[in-house]
Amino acid sequence: MQRFEERPLLKVENLTKQYGPGCGECSQPGRPGLIKNYCPSCGTVYACSDVSLDVYPGEILGIVGESGSGKSTLMQCLYFDQDVTSGTLTIDDPELAGENLFDVSSQRKRYIRNHKYGMVYQNPVKGLRMDFSSISNIAEKQIAAGGRHVGQMQSAGERLLDVVSIPLFRMKEEPRNFSGGMQQRVQIAKALSNDPPILFLDEVTTGLDLSVQAAVIDLIKQIQRDLGISMIVVSHDLAVIRMLADRTLVMLNGRVIESGLTDQILEDPNHAYTQQLVYSLL
Amino acid sequence: MKAEPQFAFLDEGSKKEIRRATLKAVAIPGYQVPFASREMPMARGWGTGGLQLTCSLVGKDDVLKVIDQGADESVNAVSIKKLIRATTGIPVTERTEEASLIQSRHRIPEVPLTKDQILVLQVPMPEPLRKYEKKESVTKRLHAESEYSGAWLMLFEQIMKYGRTTTGADHPVLVNGRYVMAPSPIPRFDNPKMDHSEALILLGAGREKKIYAVPPYTEIRSLAFEDHPFEGEDFSGKSCRFCGATGVFLDELYIQETGMTEHQCNDTSHCADRLGRQEEKEVQHATI
Ligand SMILES: Nc1ncnc2c1ncn2[C@@H]1O[C@H](COP(=O)(O)OP(=O)(O)OP(=O)(O)O)[C@@H](O)[C@H]1O
Ligand SMILES: [Mg+2]
Ligand SMILES: [Zn+2]
Ligand SMILES: [Zn+2]
Repeated sequence: MQRFEERPLLKVENLTKQYGPGCGECSQPGRPGLIKNYCPSCGTVYACSDVSLDVYPGEILGIVGESGSGKSTLMQCLYFDQDVTSGTLTIDDPELAGENLFDVSSQRKRYIRNHKYGMVYQNPVKGLRMDFSSISNIAEKQIAAGGRHVGQMQSAGERLLDVVSIPLFRMKEEPRNFSGGMQQRVQIAKALSNDPPILFLDEVTTGLDLSVQAAVIDLIKQIQRDLGISMIVVSHDLAVIRMLADRTLVMLNGRVIESGLTDQILEDPNHAYTQQLVYSLL
Repeated sequence: MKAEPQFAFLDEGSKKEIRRATLKAVAIPGYQVPFASREMPMARGWGTGGLQLTCSLVGKDDVLKVIDQGADESVNAVSIKKLIRATTGIPVTERTEEASLIQSRHRIPEVPLTKDQILVLQVPMPEPLRKYEKKESVTKRLHAESEYSGAWLMLFEQIMKYGRTTTGADHPVLVNGRYVMAPSPIPRFDNPKMDHSEALILLGAGREKKIYAVPPYTEIRSLAFEDHPFEGEDFSGKSCRFCGATGVFLDELYIQETGMTEHQCNDTSHCADRLGRQEEKEVQHATI
């Protein structure tokens, strides 16, 4: 698969997110002396270090790595839940062209979230209001994007609930009454409700029964096929990434240690850590 | 030597600070200005925010009216009037037209207010987004960014659950096209009275330590979806059993003897005023 002609829809360069002040030791290029992502002399955690990635139109980019490797932090930085320490983000969109979107005002970031992004959080509590009905949860994103017509938002919400196979007679129930798999489906419906060109999915299948997992994975594939949305899918589970992602990044201790076509990584892993991951899958 | 009792209870320093907050509130319509809420000789949550505004504003030439949910004679209204009278000596009145300063809980009088009057409303919960977002730091940012999805979402949820918005009182309004504001628990019926009001409207929340304002002639729009227009309580076809008034906010009551529901003015002084004038007319008729 050649992608030289195509321009990435979303481009991240040298994203770094640190928790803590940093010191002389850990600010050196390459950050020697860290224990995993942690600087023992000043206590700073480098949750993401110099992460660069491209997402092409319509593709699913997978990110895999062990617990604590910085996957959720990366997603939350891209979704502007967290401020980055440094780095650039550009999106190939006439409205946003040429700007480092990490540097724009919080109002503009909100605009991007409401109009360009969808997000499914690892923990549904972060993505849903458990004390509002499911249909209102879906409408929230449309309201944020300027929706002021109840009838239109309700029918759009109903259509999306149908897409994610939540029976309509349950739409007025609060998601706290729902199973984990249903909550993830409501999150997906909500994330899709503003027709975003970019969708972030953080561990959508983690903690679900295998059969429910398979159904959610089918749903994601179907969304990619039908709507052509570009996605970043994060999982610590290589099996999930293998089913979904065209290309994959492997993260370890906040860094990208390997990247390429998913099939290639699976067949011929370079990095010792990736080899370990792949062999444990077999 | 006994110290002179302080005019209008609060010391001048406190009054000045409250007036400074009030000026800021007037300058930024609908914006909640924090202030150092004082201890008052009544429990917080009983209108101490409104009372502090009243104390900071009242002068020797003022005439005060205090109403509690439409009634001038409720215990709460009476004790506020007593306090102001005892510490200022100014007259109090029940007639809306006669008052220069009106402190009210949960109602705006039926008689249209004029530019020579100030209405002070008592506020239990000044933050219209609080049910949606618990953290003050977050709601502050949402106001700063004019991000009011939360207010709309609460209305949307009501429509989903009950088929219509169910805010009986305190239905959120957009002030001057900028800030979403809690109008205090006035009935929806009273919201339109705020729009382009000739009188200055000040709102005070003692427990939450906030003052905000609707300056005269400010545009006030009640939030409503395109396909669910805002509506006040509907009293069409109903009238006051005493004075016969229509087009006013009516209380509904069940009359045991007849087993019927009847209605009467919620604004008691308005009702008494109308009755008084009707009697005058009758007397005039009788003497002619
Ligand atoms: N607010 C914070 N303060 C300090 N350190 C943090 C904070 N949030 C995350 N971290 C650290 O950043 C690192 C990356 O965490 P992150 O949640 O991104 O990992 P992850 O790859 O998503 O893990 P998992 O697979 O368990 O979800 C971890 O070492 C974590 O302890
Ligand atoms: Mg995570
Ligand atoms: Zn360090
Ligand atoms: Zn009457």
